[in-house]
Amino acid sequence: MKARVHVMLKNGVLDPQGEAVRHALGALGFDKVEGVRQGKVIDLELAEGATEADVTEMCEKLLANTVIESYSIELQ
Amino acid sequence: MKAAVVVFPGSNCDRDLAVAFEQAGFDVSMVWHKDSALPEGVDIVGVPGGFSYGDYLRCGAIAAQSPICKAVVAHAERGGYALGVCNGFQILTETGVLPGALLRNAGLKYICRTVDLKVATSDSVFTQGYNAGDVIGIPIAHHDGNYFADAETVAALKDQDRVAFTYEANPNGSVDDIAGILSENRRVLGMMPHPERASDEGHGGTDGTAMFRALAGLVATA
Repeated sequence: MKARVHVMLKNGVLDPQGEAVRHALGALGFDKVEGVRQGKVIDLELAEGATEADVTEMCEKLLANTVIESYSIELQ
Repeated sequence: MKAAVVVFPGSNCDRDLAVAFEQAGFDVSMVWHKDSALPEGVDIVGVPGGFSYGDYLRCGAIAAQSPICKAVVAHAERGGYALGVCNGFQILTETGVLPGALLRNAGLKYICRTVDLKVATSDSVFTQGYNAGDVIGIPIAHHDGNYFADAETVAALKDQDRVAFTYEANPNGSVDDIAGILSENRRVLGMMPHPERASDEGHGGTDGTAMFRALAGLVATA
């Protein structure tokens, strides 16, 4: 089984990298971009028997820092 | 008085921190990240600056899961003293010993220069050698020093007088100019600026010396 974890800074937490990307897109003439948030995608290769609950625990303990980040899990 | 300084792969301020402790009179031992216990009788643990584990995933995230960090957390939970500087501060927030998190600097640039820090409280072993309101010159050297905590946490830190240092001119976007914070029992300090880099005439400033001297005196009588 595979799982894909998306980690994003929470709303309300300043994302200076996303802001820099937004500025750069503006400089390239993409004037319809109103906001950019940059996050991470982590792909996990899981052994038989692993569950979504296991991945949730991984996110809580390591993959995301829930003080500043939110995460979502896609099982594939 | 015994101090232990933790060494992670990628630590680069471990020896500086050890020297600062030694000059204040501590007997210092270096502890490798794979060790699972601190040396017997350690009074204070120093978690140094650097780029532990290459800052992979998040600054301090991997180090926070290392065997020695479990011992550091246990030491702090027992009421032991700990000082986390720069990456050490990031690690202590990742372990949950200190609240909040350190984000990328608001200006996106790595900043390396001496900044003016205001001593926000003298009520801790770390800051007792200063007067509240003193402004001291301490170097910063970080890319991810933008302190963030939710409004409730920041209010609690202020109510409990746990903000140790604030920036006079905020260099990195930290909420309420916070540069360093104390644990609830005031025995753990995390700060982004480097007091160990201002503890010898050769550094160009000695404003950090008072912290190590006060630690040596107070830990000895604790």
